[in-house]
Amino acid sequence: MLTLKKKILGVAVPGLSGAAAFFSVASVFIILGIIFIGGIGNISWEFVSQAPREGMTEGGIFPAIVGTFWRVLLMSLVGVPIGTITAIWMCEYAPQNSPITRIVRFAVNTLAGIPAIVFGLFGLGFFIQFCGVEMDKMFAPEGVIQWAQPNILWASLTMSILTLPVVIVSVEEAIRNVPQELREGSYALGATRLETVLRVVLPNAVTGILTGAILAVSRGAGEVAPILFTGAAYFLPHLPEGLTDQFMDLGYHIYIMTTQSADVDGTKGVLFATTLVLLTLTFALNLAAITLRYHLRKRMIQA
Amino acid sequence: MNNESAKIETRDLNLFYGTTQALKSVSLSVQEREVTALIGPSGCGKSTWLRCLNRMNEMIPGVSINGGVLLDGVDIYGKSVDAVEVRKRIGMIFQKSNPFPQSIFENIAYGMRLQGINKHADLHVIVERSLRRAALWDEVKDVLKKSALALSGGQQQRLCIARALAVEPSVLLMDEPASALDPLSTSKIEDLICELKESCTIVIVTHNMQQAARVSDKTAFFFEGELIEFGATDILFTAPTKRKTEDYITGRFG
Ligand SMILES: Nc1ncnc2c1ncn2[C@@H]1O[C@H](COP(=O)(O)OP(=O)(O)O)[C@@H](O)[C@H]1O
Ligand SMILES: [Mg+2]
Repeated sequence: MLTLKKKILGVAVPGLSGAAAFFSVASVFIILGIIFIGGIGNISWEFVSQAPREGMTEGGIFPAIVGTFWRVLLMSLVGVPIGTITAIWMCEYAPQNSPITRIVRFAVNTLAGIPAIVFGLFGLGFFIQFCGVEMDKMFAPEGVIQWAQPNILWASLTMSILTLPVVIVSVEEAIRNVPQELREGSYALGATRLETVLRVVLPNAVTGILTGAILAVSRGAGEVAPILFTGAAYFLPHLPEGLTDQFMDLGYHIYIMTTQSADVDGTKGVLFATTLVLLTLTFALNLAAITLRYHLRKRMIQA
Repeated sequence: MNNESAKIETRDLNLFYGTTQALKSVSLSVQEREVTALIGPSGCGKSTWLRCLNRMNEMIPGVSINGGVLLDGVDIYGKSVDAVEVRKRIGMIFQKSNPFPQSIFENIAYGMRLQGINKHADLHVIVERSLRRAALWDEVKDVLKKSALALSGGQQQRLCIARALAVEPSVLLMDEPASALDPLSTSKIEDLICELKESCTIVIVTHNMQQAARVSDKTAFFFEGELIEFGATDILFTAPTKRKTEDYITGRFG
């Protein structure tokens, strides 16, 4: 009896888990395959260098590429320093396992688990309706709305909050990997804590900071929900020229073409091609992050 | 013991890691321009005592210290004393050599840059002098820009000594500086210690009793957080007064 049960389990467990593994791998390849086959035919120099035409059935996605580029750049300029400073504080300054560090860690973990659309709503409520309105009261001429509307700044700031946990976790890992002996060597020479952080810890954590930045960019580049209400535009005749401009965006462009197109068949090829561009971008960024991290780990083992 | 000329001394020093006591009322004074060796079985508190002398222990969470540590007669744990200033006057060499992953030159320059010396010419003078004092100049003078990590283990440890010397400390603390090195590198470090004692007061932890006998003027024997015996090295090794010391140096335990 027992042996029969064991026999059945002995076949069923590897069988089922193997099937599950196969299913996961297969779905990745099927998704990639469909997108690649559907999109590759439409990729051309014109496609990446021109604006959409004819109700998005013709032309390219240049403005969306530029918009995505600017928003992830702005996002990183804000998010990476804040995330790095938070990680430094958590690793080097805050007393370990004190209530305050636990609160910060809890906040970071919670932030990582909040659905993206909630960040979008937060951006709308906090940045546009609070910060924007207050800034208009201070800076804009009477009756003119300058900041209290969706724009690339608010979208990028919303995105930098969304990606903050990714940055913090990567930088923390890198900082914890800096050998304690190096810190002690620095202190023993009469360095203060700040000097040790700036001259020893940070230079040795640069790879981790870069990894964090890349992971944040690759996460942020593909998110649409946070920018829905905070800055992305359906179609713009010109590229964003300042912080108060709206922008076109790759992910949002896909969403628009899927849901709002008047000519579903006409946009299909462009839709696949846009998705392929976005996926390639995200993959390339992830690959860069993995490579960096691999080198970081290798260096750590050698040291 | 003549406390008047002590370079550095501890008085009734107690140290706790959380609730476990690692040092029990240790009173010990180190004379200027002598080499003092600390011996004793592993875990007896040698490193802990050494690290009290440049206030390195206080960065470990949960450590509490009481008693006095006097450098040139001044309590370095006094309210008006800054630990950073203490560490500039007392160099430290660690068991595992810990060069920064930078060039040889930048390693030596590190301490001086902290003190605001940034002119290359000034730095170069001190880098050369420090490397010469650490008997490393001839080996590295052509590769100062190369990574310090490319050096051999023994060279790295002498680099760390040079790095400490660059800030002109009057005391040098060494925690088993040669325990990870081959015999040739070890003897170079020992020769160096004998030269450096002309200009520095040296405290060295070692688990190697021959080494203690070779390099030190005085030896202190620690056991389970207590200072058991302290005296001139040749006397301590030939005619110890305490039973535990005798057991240890004759190899009956440890
Ligand atoms: N950071 C620390 N936290 C807690 N206990 C420690 C720490 N460092 C050393 N100890 C304990 O203090 C005692 C003395 O250690 P140490 O000074 O390193 O001994 P030694 O250098 O003579 O081998 C040991 O029992 C050790 O376990
Ligand atoms: Mg030790």
